[in-house]
Amino acid sequence: MKPLIRFALDSSMYVARGSAIFYGWIIFLGFLSFLMLLGAYEQFTKGMIVTNYNDQVSWGLYEAQFVFLVGVAAAAVTVVFPSYVYHHKKMKEIVVLGELLAVSAVCMVMIFIMFHMGRPDRLWHLIPVIGIFNWPHSMLTWDVVVLNGYLGLNAVCAFYYLYMKYTGREVNKLFYMPLVYISIVWALSIHTVTAFLLNTMPARPMWFHSSLPIKFIATAFAAGPSMIILSFLVINKFTKLKIADEAIETLAQIVTWCLGITIFLGLSEVVTELYPSTEHSFSLQYLIFGKHGLTGLVVWYWSAVVLLLAAFFMLLTPSLRKNHKLWLPLACVFTFAGVWIDKGMGLVVPAFIPSPIGELSEYTPSAIEIVNTLGGWATGLLIFTVLAKGAIGVLLGEVKYRAATDLASEFSSEWQPVVHSSEEIRK
Amino acid sequence: MSEPRDKDEKKKDAPLKPDETSRREFLGGAGLSVTAAALSGAGALLSGSDEAEAKATWGEWFQKNYRLMTEDEKREAVLRLEKRYTEEFGKKTTVDSAPAQEGVLFGYALNIQKCIGCRRCVYACVKENNQSRDNPEIQWIRVLKMEKGNFLAENMDKGYPDPAGIQVGGNAYQNSGVVLEGEHYYEPAEVPEKGHFYFPMQCMQCEKPPCVKVCPVRTTYRDPDGIVVIDYNWCIGCRMCIAACPYWARRFNWGEPNLPAEEMNPVTHYLGNRPRMKGVAEKCTFCLQRTRQGRYTACVEVCPVGARKFGNLLDPNSEVRKILDKKKVFRLKAELNTYPKFFYFMD
Ligand code: SF4
Ligand code: SF4
Repeated sequence: MKPLIRFALDSSMYVARGSAIFYGWIIFLGFLSFLMLLGAYEQFTKGMIVTNYNDQVSWGLYEAQFVFLVGVAAAAVTVVFPSYVYHHKKMKEIVVLGELLAVSAVCMVMIFIMFHMGRPDRLWHLIPVIGIFNWPHSMLTWDVVVLNGYLGLNAVCAFYYLYMKYTGREVNKLFYMPLVYISIVWALSIHTVTAFLLNTMPARPMWFHSSLPIKFIATAFAAGPSMIILSFLVINKFTKLKIADEAIETLAQIVTWCLGITIFLGLSEVVTELYPSTEHSFSLQYLIFGKHGLTGLVVWYWSAVVLLLAAFFMLLTPSLRKNHKLWLPLACVFTFAGVWIDKGMGLVVPAFIPSPIGELSEYTPSAIEIVNTLGGWATGLLIFTVLAKGAIGVLLGEVKYRAATDLASEFSSEWQPVVHSSEEIRK
Repeated sequence: MSEPRDKDEKKKDAPLKPDETSRREFLGGAGLSVTAAALSGAGALLSGSDEAEAKATWGEWFQKNYRLMTEDEKREAVLRLEKRYTEEFGKKTTVDSAPAQEGVLFGYALNIQKCIGCRRCVYACVKENNQSRDNPEIQWIRVLKMEKGNFLAENMDKGYPDPAGIQVGGNAYQNSGVVLEGEHYYEPAEVPEKGHFYFPMQCMQCEKPPCVKVCPVRTTYRDPDGIVVIDYNWCIGCRMCIAACPYWARRFNWGEPNLPAEEMNPVTHYLGNRPRMKGVAEKCTFCLQRTRQGRYTACVEVCPVGARKFGNLLDPNSEVRKILDKKKVFRLKAELNTYPKFFYFMD
């Protein structure tokens, strides 16, 4: 067990040391998370009345984040799949970063589920055996199963890989590879199940069409890798770990084609709904054009359209896509923001407008909801930053296990110079 | 960021203050929650009953799903609640736990031709079933006001016909005939209003209820007499059922319910009208605290025009069965295959 304790110690030491920018970033995120704790206290003591939810629109900002982030978590597979199925060498070196992103995204999902619940104190009712599970009937129970399973799989894979690297041993393929393949299929399942969760409600015609699950996967594989690309570019800039351009290029291609499919599916949905223009298209009409003078989401919808189209054309142009200084990151930000709008508020809220009795009422998040949402994101990014920093240390070989004998010899001989200067470590 | 937060805090404080004072008046310090007592800073108010409530809360928190409880556990839970409600509301409260009777399947029929939109049913229901009165205001029955549209001569040629002069897609830019969008916040001086008809809705007690299927913890289920019930103590507030109900029949306790003690109906049922807590779903239960004792629901009793009928669907001589036999009957959103046991009819 001793190397395990040293692993924990060494990596925390490594994470704790950083540049001023690093500390600033951590403090910023920490501050937002702290605000979220205040918001959470407010909501959990007074009830959900502090949000702007009501009986008409009973899901909103929190569920939007939940739906979107499950996609981000699932998108880790865009790193894992090419690495292990196509044996993409450059990708394989950094696959663990994708897994850590999945872990952080699932943590965020859990935070938003907490905020979604009217009685978070009773969540134990959901734990099989001590509670009861309406399985297999309730889609939410499926979601609980797949999300927790996915969290476990990724945490185990990432930890195992890093720990082996840390101790300088080879990974045991018989143990590791099956987990990797399972996690690839599992990634698809988490997002499909989340799509089914919304999809299977005839009471909400906007969600009740069969292209929703595939659109979920397409949007996830556009937004998720965009975020991975962005974090890779940041890592390239601020750390010593250099991520190969080929790896980024592969991801950029995935984003491009998934974005193309997303746009196509969006178009099909719009035409299918709006041409016959039955009562079932009211939600979409509200979203796209506004209805009866209510236009809360119209600007959002069209901004998402513009963002996604712009990103698609940037990515289609090789010279822009290969420009890692400006165009690629810009396209990634556009994709991410566009999908976030389209699949967040643009998907969740209009499904409740009009209500099943034909009533139109608008919803705008309250300040508490916004604070909690920002905090949820900050907490997730904080988790990712910490995990990724530790992982980078291990990947670079800066965090490495040295057996007691090595250590002893190092301390006994005065000749041994310090391996890394503090400047280097701080980087 | 500070400005909207402040605003928000003010917004929340405003409705909370009157509620607190009103609670204090009504409860006379008896069942005051620990938070409120701490807020008022009056240590004297922290009497023994607070402890009782705290204990009851713990007991409730650890209890099982109602259907899985043994008879003893059920009795214990009921006694605990009776004690607590009696203290909290200052009147002798009973919590019934009568199960469904054999050979009974409850059904409801509503004559939409007769309904005048007076909403007496709505208020009778609130009174009978102990809904939160305000902030959040909860009503289980909704009476939709439907507008009869007109066919106007000046609209005859407006619409899609294109400049080439050949019609392309019909000419309705406007609603004509009956407008399909219901309005249930109407406030006229007199009902019925000219040019309108009324359409009451409440939980349809579906035979194949989507709300039951989606509930992740099986807290809502259909009892043998056909009533879909909720174990309020087991609900986790995930609102899946609210999203799934095609009749918009479920309500949510967004905040701590405000039920003034003197308006509280002390004759309650565990699965029906007992006082609820914040963060759980609720809905119409066909007044099972009454109907399982052979009485009519509150809305049937109060309706001034006799538009509402209720009875046992398994009894061929019951009023509902006769209506199903003789009248023109329809179910709402029949295409969803939820098989409501709430029928609309016309003479
Ligand atoms: S009307 Fe709605 S709440 Fe009532 S049983 Fe049907 S689905 Fe459930
Ligand atoms: S809100 Fe309560 S009753 Fe409704 S689905 Fe969730 S746990 Fe079940």
